[in-house]
Amino acid sequence: MNIAVQNVCFSYNSHPILQDVSLNVQQGQVVSIVGPNGAGKSTLLKCMVRLLKPQTGTVHLDGKDIARKNSRELAKALGYVPQNTRDVFSFTVLETVLMGRKPHVAWEVSDEDFRVVTQVMNFLGIENLAERPLDQLSGGQKQKVFVARALAQQPAIFLFDEPTSNLDVRHQLEVFATIKRLAETEGRTVIVVVHDLNLASRFSDTLVMLKQGAIYAAGKPEQVITEDNIREVYNISATIIETRYGHYVVPIEPLGETAG
Amino acid sequence: MSKINSNHSCTDAAKLKEIYTRQTGKKYFIIGTLLLLLITLVLLSISIGTASISVGDVVKSISNKVLHTQYEYTNNLADTIVMKLRFPRVLLAVLTGISLAGAGAVMQGILHNPLVSPYTLGMSGAASLGAAIAIVLGKGLFGSSFDSMGPYFIAFNAFVFGFITIFVIIGFARMKSGSPATLVLAGVALGYIFSAGVSALKYFSNNDALKDLVVWLMGGMWGATWQAVGLLVPIVSICMLILLSYAWDMNALSTGEAVATNLGVNIKRLQFICLTVATLAASATVAFTGIIGFIGLVAPHISRMLIGSDNRFLIPCSCIMGALVLLCADTVGRTIVSPIEIPVGIVTGLIGGPYFLYMLLKKKQFH
Repeated sequence: MNIAVQNVCFSYNSHPILQDVSLNVQQGQVVSIVGPNGAGKSTLLKCMVRLLKPQTGTVHLDGKDIARKNSRELAKALGYVPQNTRDVFSFTVLETVLMGRKPHVAWEVSDEDFRVVTQVMNFLGIENLAERPLDQLSGGQKQKVFVARALAQQPAIFLFDEPTSNLDVRHQLEVFATIKRLAETEGRTVIVVVHDLNLASRFSDTLVMLKQGAIYAAGKPEQVITEDNIREVYNISATIIETRYGHYVVPIEPLGETAG
Repeated sequence: MSKINSNHSCTDAAKLKEIYTRQTGKKYFIIGTLLLLLITLVLLSISIGTASISVGDVVKSISNKVLHTQYEYTNNLADTIVMKLRFPRVLLAVLTGISLAGAGAVMQGILHNPLVSPYTLGMSGAASLGAAIAIVLGKGLFGSSFDSMGPYFIAFNAFVFGFITIFVIIGFARMKSGSPATLVLAGVALGYIFSAGVSALKYFSNNDALKDLVVWLMGGMWGATWQAVGLLVPIVSICMLILLSYAWDMNALSTGEAVATNLGVNIKRLQFICLTVATLAASATVAFTGIIGFIGLVAPHISRMLIGSDNRFLIPCSCIMGALVLLCADTVGRTIVSPIEIPVGIVTGLIGGPYFLYMLLKKKQFH
């Protein structure tokens, strides 16, 4: 399944956020969306999962406009994990992951649902947390549970909004390793909004760099992550060093006045 | 998903299913136990009172009526007291408890706020205003006078006023694309308006009407007739069944609107249906009992502590818990200083409040 964004423009109350953004994501790719705060990354993701309706432009899933699809179909095609979740009422880990089966469940949970949930929890290594209430878990564990919930939906395309922003370095690596596995061994498409340029470039097939609501650069990580691009988009000076594990961005200092 | 040892994954699936079945089994057990408790309490309540009737006589009386058996009583007045006075009263308490607690649980879920009750969106204020207009002015929404509908006039007015507030709130929400917080605040604002209206009517009314109004506002079971029960049983049960059918959607909603939408939940439609049906059920019982506070707020909380937040179990558990608490309160209210009856609203506040505080202190985490 591929997802295509065509000429999407979005504004909040006449504040333009996305300006004529077009993007084509093929199946089995990991695409990272990077950019400064306020560049429109989360907004783009929300337009892609039909949480927001763009003023102009369309999003197509395998050629069909998502605005026309019914919500159940969409739920089975797109799995979205937002930046923060609230938990006022507490559920256990198992209950939370089971929630992901909602597009597939009528009332009672079936054996197939258990099979999927088990696979998913094993995949993320959280099967022993099944009975724990969610609010007793650490940030890293909770994030894995939310990813598991999205996985239980069995969508073709995953969209993660900053899944690693609040995690320690180990959990960041684990989450991205999972993302890579989803694409490589399961053939899913993963679109991730991420702040860390190094994680993005190391684990993605394609990198999309947004600046002020428009795509500044898109392509292979080595092509997009250049000192010039970083200077133009983030307004900082940086140097890029070669390591055995790929390019590594070393930020140096902010330049001039902060842009907008 | 790629897995090295597929046998391993089968065992795990069975293990997770076993955990799930065990957890849900516990929940069914809790609901079953509470239901038994409720039935026991119903029989006990009917037997307790100024004239005490043995539980045996109560059962015989019900059985004679329902199963057409021909049992003899030890107490000649048993049939009258049971059938004409106590049974309808107890049933009204049960129905009201179910309705308020079920509506409360649903509203807390939809508005994502553990502090809301069925009254939060202005329903109690409006129902009070409707009752006040009927009692003080003898006129209602349609200008009809007291006589044309008899004793149900007050109830009808209270119900209509109470129920239409939900449409005011929904209309407001549509206009301002309201978040739950906005809805709650709008309800609070409406509450002030209605409260002012009720106060004005109190101020300008004569003494008889004032007493009637104050008593209505306190909440009690004096409206307990078989007609009322007959009207409420279908309304309350159908409403609760409708709400229960949306349990999965409500569960999904608690994960956040973004994820719920992604899972296929139509949030606006869910809010509309659940809030409307919950308000319908609650206004129907409030029309007959007046404003009984505490049940709609606290029965869901206690249930959540017992049974968790899964609405498939929380809604039925809250309903039974509400019925239990209200029936207890009403029974205590009419027996503790017998033959004087303390209005049930006073009992729920005085005894329920401190008990709930105690439960909060005891519990280590509060959700």
